[in-house]
Amino acid sequence: MDRPDQYLLRMEGITKTFPGVTALDNVTLRVQPGTVHTIMGENGAGKSTLMKVLSGSYPADKGTVFFDGEQVEFNSSNDALRHGISMIHQELSIIPDMTVADNIYLGHAPSSFGMVNDKKLMEMTTALFDKLGIDPIPPKTRMRELSIARMQMVEIAKAASFESKIIIMDEPTSAISEKEVEVLFNIIRELKAKGTAIIYISHKMDEIFQISDYITVLRDGKYVDTKPASELDNDKLVKMMVGRDLTEMFKRTPAPLGDTVLEVRNLTRFGKFYNVNLSLRKGEILGITGLIGAGRTEVAEAIFGIWPADSGEILVHGRHVNVRRPIDAINNGIAFLTEDRKRQGLFLGLSVKRNVSICKIRELSRMNIVDVRNERVVCRQYVESLRIKTPSIATKVRSLSGGNQQKALIARWLLMEPDILILDEPTRGIDVGAKQEIYALIDKLTRDGKAVILISSEMPEVISMCDRIIVMNQGEAKKELTHGFTQEDIMHHAANFESIRRTVK
Amino acid sequence: MTTLGRLSAKKGSATDFIAKYGLYCVFILLVLIMTLSHSAFLTIPNVRNILLQVSINGILAVGMTMVIVTGGIDLSAGSMLAFAGVVATSIAHPGQSFPLAIVIGLFMGFLLGAVNGFLVAYGRIVPFIVTLGMTTIARGMALTYANGRPIINLMPSFKFLGQGTICYVPVPVLFLFLALAVGYVILNKSVLGRYLLATGGNEDAAIASGVSTKKVKFFAYSFMGLMCGLSSILLAGRTNAGAPNAGVGYELDAIAAVVVGGASLTGGRGTIAGTLMGVLIIGVIQNGLDILNVSSYIQLIVKGLIIISAVWMDQKSNK
Repeated sequence: MDRPDQYLLRMEGITKTFPGVTALDNVTLRVQPGTVHTIMGENGAGKSTLMKVLSGSYPADKGTVFFDGEQVEFNSSNDALRHGISMIHQELSIIPDMTVADNIYLGHAPSSFGMVNDKKLMEMTTALFDKLGIDPIPPKTRMRELSIARMQMVEIAKAASFESKIIIMDEPTSAISEKEVEVLFNIIRELKAKGTAIIYISHKMDEIFQISDYITVLRDGKYVDTKPASELDNDKLVKMMVGRDLTEMFKRTPAPLGDTVLEVRNLTRFGKFYNVNLSLRKGEILGITGLIGAGRTEVAEAIFGIWPADSGEILVHGRHVNVRRPIDAINNGIAFLTEDRKRQGLFLGLSVKRNVSICKIRELSRMNIVDVRNERVVCRQYVESLRIKTPSIATKVRSLSGGNQQKALIARWLLMEPDILILDEPTRGIDVGAKQEIYALIDKLTRDGKAVILISSEMPEVISMCDRIIVMNQGEAKKELTHGFTQEDIMHHAANFESIRRTVK
Repeated sequence: MTTLGRLSAKKGSATDFIAKYGLYCVFILLVLIMTLSHSAFLTIPNVRNILLQVSINGILAVGMTMVIVTGGIDLSAGSMLAFAGVVATSIAHPGQSFPLAIVIGLFMGFLLGAVNGFLVAYGRIVPFIVTLGMTTIARGMALTYANGRPIINLMPSFKFLGQGTICYVPVPVLFLFLALAVGYVILNKSVLGRYLLATGGNEDAAIASGVSTKKVKFFAYSFMGLMCGLSSILLAGRTNAGAPNAGVGYELDAIAAVVVGGASLTGGRGTIAGTLMGVLIIGVIQNGLDILNVSSYIQLIVKGLIIISAVWMDQKSNK
């Protein structure tokens, strides 16, 4: 029954390595026409890399790709596009100052003698929206005037406009509302009926079971299995993805609680969060969770002084502190591992050593001249104790894997021996092994008497690691859960009314 | 992620070697070619001559390195130099105070640089715009102050700064060495140097690491200004005059040297050793073409080609 010609796409034995990481190891993907094929896996499992190999952004080190009966090798995403493979990226790739129509037909606008036929362009755009059943957006609107959700719809329309045989959708619903998800799914069904294959990447379980025909699971860059969606359920799928019990993953040995080290009273930043109160004790892990946009990161940024609060008080060890800039927080023993590693954390072009030592560099200097030997010794020590995998401490941090980059950032903060660590999504985008190590590390830190605030969207992480959880909802600290919390408890307080109905339904 | 992809292609020690020492290889190769082409090239008087010729550009390039590693640019260096020069020379006539003239000259450069730094760091205006504005402001100030005419009749000790020698080494060259040494210590050895690179490498991350990026940027532009002040005195001493139209285009030569030296205009990457190489490579080419009697018009073309190809090669070997 398994005939090669039944597949529109076959990727066989795909292997791709980056310095220090094997992103893909002998991965197989077989997609039939007219189906929705979902690729599942944890962050760092290799989904995005596989798609980038398919769409020609990366060359594979090993393996072959058969598309439409022929062996192919795409040199660029443009090349893939011409062959009939288009991709909707997770990050929007739009040109904000051009019109909707120009964005959709960029590179394939109707033209004669090099002149764009604007009238026809507008007609085609309107017709395309009509065909896909998208709420018509005036084709002459500038992209920057649209909401994120509308931009996403334009991106989907753009992918459809190429009449591709395969459309890859990488987390297409991450920025759109429930109603628009329905529209998207209708578009997908429409495309499917015409024989287009959809490769779908998402983390949202309910959506996946709603739309998928087949599911392929990857784990740590390796192929696990492909199954029809009808043969799977939530639990089976999670087990395939994680490949081990969650209990092994998390390690939390309750530490003896000490004095209150941090207290926040009525902290408010207008438009972001209001009257947030929290307290944190030595040896404790306090979770802050909630939906994206609930104000979690903003509260942390206020405590750390990246974006100070408009009103409210912050007390460290019972003393009022005035945090206007990060240096104020650092001087009070607060460390903050930012959510966005690349943007707010790493100096990608500098060495591991320099990335690690930056906060501590004054103390590692005499008369403002850096004691390089001392710096080296201290950095080596942390690189070893955190088991950061790097060829040397002089290696540029750019070439490390996500997990090791994250560990380098943690080393940076540990070097300054803080009392309070605020970790914002510390395990986002890193592989399972590194995750486990980071959990073990957080656990150890609390036993060493540090206090930790763990901001996370990953429910298992919050539930397994935290002693207490504050659930934020639309800028308010909605509920504090002290023990025996479940995912349902958290979601109940995190979700707004509309999404509660959705979960119940 | 694409950089990761490219990195994986970078294997083998040969490419590593070129990436690391390519600039030095180019310099040595150049010296070799010139030596073989003309017997007058590798002689002590000519080496001394080259160093003298590059001294002003070298000092400015040290300042420019500080600015460029923060991700900024200073287009006003030449104009700041002119203003500091006319002010310094206006109080450097025979019989006036030598130290005062020097201090005032340095201070005027520093002051204008500090204004740049203030506007960039605290006013959050793009460096390109701030220093573009300062280019005409400082030039206008210099022309106004000097009534559009060069200020002449300088005291002998002032001339000594531009024309004198100590142990056969021209005084401007000694100041070049001093500037390089100070620049090296700041960028390679000091805490401030780490902060300069961090600010240019990733400003958000630097702020989140507790670095006061505003102070860091303010320093970079002020230091650039100070280097302009120093250059202005040496140039005035050498030309026996404080000219309000001095230094036109000097900033571009300095930027060229820094960029040839391997610094990234987007910030976060750059060294004083690289800048010195950049200064010397440009200097040697200019000198060599002079010796070989190549017309100065053609020299301009060659200089431009060198700048572009140096950066092109650097990108090839570094990515």
